[in-house]
Amino acid sequence: MTSRRLFLALLAVLAGALALAPVASADLLTPESGGSSNADDIDTLYKYVLVVAAVVFFVVEGLLIYATIRFRARKGAVASQVRGNTRLEVGWTVGAAIILVILATLTFIKLDEIRNPPDSSPEGLQLADTSRRLPPSGKSLNICVNGQQYLWRYTYADDCENADNVDAVFSYEEMVVPTETTVTLDIYSQDVVHSWWIPKLGGKFDAVPGYSNHTWFKVPAKYGEKPGGTVFFGQCAELCGQNHANMTARVRAVSPAEFERWYEQRRRDIQAARRAQAQAQQTQSESGAAAGSDES
Amino acid sequence: MAATAQASTLTPVPQVVAHRVEREERGFLSWLTTTDHKKIGIMYLVSTFAFFIVGGIEALLMRLQLAQPSNDLLTPQTYNQLFTMHGTTMVFLFVVPVVAGFGNYFVPLMIGARDMAFPKLNALSFWLLTAGGLVFYASIFFDAPECGWTCYSPLSDDTYLPSGGVDAWIFLIHLTGLGSLVGSINFYATIANMRAPGMGWGRLPLFVWTILTYSVLLILSLPVVAAGVTLLLADRHWGTNFYDAANGGSPMLWQHLFWFFGHPEVYIMVLPTFGILSEVLPVFARKPIFGYKAVAASTIVIAFLGLLVWAHHMFTTPSPSIVLVFFMMSSFLIAVPTGVKIFNWIATLWRGTIHYTTALLFSVGFVGTFVLGGITGIFLATFPIDWQLHDTYFVVAHFHYTLMGGAVFGIFAGLYYWFPKMTGRMMHEGMGKASFWFMFIGFHTTFLVQHSAGLEGMPRRIYEYADIGNLATLNLISTIGAFTIAFGVLLSMINVLRSLKTGAVAGPDPWKANTLEWFVPSPPPKNNFDVIPRIRSVEPMKDIRREVLAQSRVPAGAAAGAAGDEG
Repeated sequence: MTSRRLFLALLAVLAGALALAPVASADLLTPESGGSSNADDIDTLYKYVLVVAAVVFFVVEGLLIYATIRFRARKGAVASQVRGNTRLEVGWTVGAAIILVILATLTFIKLDEIRNPPDSSPEGLQLADTSRRLPPSGKSLNICVNGQQYLWRYTYADDCENADNVDAVFSYEEMVVPTETTVTLDIYSQDVVHSWWIPKLGGKFDAVPGYSNHTWFKVPAKYGEKPGGTVFFGQCAELCGQNHANMTARVRAVSPAEFERWYEQRRRDIQAARRAQAQAQQTQSESGAAAGSDES
Repeated sequence: MAATAQASTLTPVPQVVAHRVEREERGFLSWLTTTDHKKIGIMYLVSTFAFFIVGGIEALLMRLQLAQPSNDLLTPQTYNQLFTMHGTTMVFLFVVPVVAGFGNYFVPLMIGARDMAFPKLNALSFWLLTAGGLVFYASIFFDAPECGWTCYSPLSDDTYLPSGGVDAWIFLIHLTGLGSLVGSINFYATIANMRAPGMGWGRLPLFVWTILTYSVLLILSLPVVAAGVTLLLADRHWGTNFYDAANGGSPMLWQHLFWFFGHPEVYIMVLPTFGILSEVLPVFARKPIFGYKAVAASTIVIAFLGLLVWAHHMFTTPSPSIVLVFFMMSSFLIAVPTGVKIFNWIATLWRGTIHYTTALLFSVGFVGTFVLGGITGIFLATFPIDWQLHDTYFVVAHFHYTLMGGAVFGIFAGLYYWFPKMTGRMMHEGMGKASFWFMFIGFHTTFLVQHSAGLEGMPRRIYEYADIGNLATLNLISTIGAFTIAFGVLLSMINVLRSLKTGAVAGPDPWKANTLEWFVPSPPPKNNFDVIPRIRSVEPMKDIRREVLAQSRVPAGAAAGAAGDEG
């Protein structure tokens, strides 16, 4: 009875393993990547850990399954009354520790590439020096990412503290960036905690009120080749209220030339809108003043 | 009378003693007023399993909503309320107190005590838990909380969630927390002072070791979250700004306080179920536990390290590098004692004669599942990888592997193992095994695919998702799995109800087990032990059985002589 059940269990495991094969090829076992080198490096680090993990997994589960089948109660079988084996126990304690040392070392090796942005490529957008120290050249396109229930606002400015005061270009929900250019993000929140995450462009970083958080990405040229560029999708990853699920974010990567056209157009549109608004306010206050003088 | 008086001076021999000279109290009132650790234990188990079913139904509703993309079965608000209720219920009203239930019933029996150290405080613990549960569930009649079981500030501040739901959640933490605190002190005092003669620390049953560690962890971490939620209450109602960045406070403070409690809480939930395993596996492998000292010591090491890993929940927050590195390393370290436990359990099975009872199946299922939960924990502890995985379904899968495939399977192992002792009747084994297989297969169907959903970019706590990638398929599989688990749980519940009336009579020691609770009749009499045997090893019942065997070989004349002495 029990052996049949175990056989069925084994069969299920086998079926599972077979099902996993296509799953693995469909990238169901690794994180999203491809849009930026830090996302690729995280993916690589993940794969290192996955290899180690797979070995540990199959060894441990193998031993467990073997033990449960091989040592089931049989007629005449006598359980060995062993109470321990210090050498063996020290062995697997040290073994586990060594595996973790290896994983920690791999992490530290990849860490710099993941954390520190590289310079923009020569074919990328050439930018003036910024105050940001992140890439070695000191040059990056800095965007202030401001999370608010339930959308993201992007301001193209170096000084995010005063981003709203200066005449900076901004947009909502869709961020447009040039390819081959190092884009640094300063992430803020103006209400509750949000989390900025575009899976293909690297890890997520929380937007916490009162704090600034930082990340970067650099999109390869191939994504900006066709007009209109490529859109990378993401969404808020920290519960921020009822419509948390609808707080989506898009990053559209375009060629540097196209980006400059977009940026210029956007700047002019915003200026025009501001002028129109100022004019409307002026006429309003003038008519208000006129009305006031009438009354007096 | 003379026989019982003299028995304490004799060697411990199981004997027929006249119990129930006093009529046992019965009826509803006897439960309300009881201070008997066994009755309180039963009340804990019944009420926590009731909460388990409610929390399970909440999970099923969520899985229905997520069965297909852009579903509109539930409103976003209802969905947020459901996952808040589900998480809070399972943590505060099921896994933590159900362990207290088993602990209440079995710690005194296993250490040879006649009750807990403070029976009245023990009753208070239970009633505080009940009060916490009622206050929390009362919120469904106005506005249930919708900030998740972590209730991050500022979302939980009155600006964003003015309704009383968050307050109900705060009072739940206060009431159940106070209950657990009182209970923990009680466990500690009981285990430290009321052990049977001869039961040194080196002979303490491993389940009792884990309850002791559980108590210490609760005593250390609960005051922190109690302070944390009190500050939140003050922020919400009395104009303070502890967590308000605009007024000199910090939302990060909440996260630190919450997780300083929240991560030890994970071990609070899982360590006692490790203890259940360490009792069940040796009994059904017919072997002593492999490396008693290592298993007991690893419990304490896990608890100690468990106090030092809290900020691995905060790898994506604006934190200095040194913090990230420290918490990565401490989280890695915790894998070592956990690995030791897993290897020791496998070694316990090794060269044994394994009897496939339901309790053993749940235990082996626990080990097999928990291994994967531990391994995915390593991915999450590596902070650059966590930047991708944090707050996605990968994390949901990970902690369900440890808390459901781990803790809940352990709890079911405990239920099947100890049910005969608590009721005097056996559970139906066939039904139990069917229940196990439905739960086991359903569990992996539900949660294995969630790793992939997370890797594909699906965040947690979203009421709907777009039909991109494989998300629709993965989520549908997950929903089917969830209902399979539910069916398995239902089978066990039916099994419990039917076995209460019609189960085979168990007798005192149906499993040929090792620990002292099997020395007394099933169910045990009110005073537990007429005679408390002297303990001479980790497995007192083995000694006692051996002695009975030796005595039964004694020539008839000598036995008659002994009987004559007594007369």
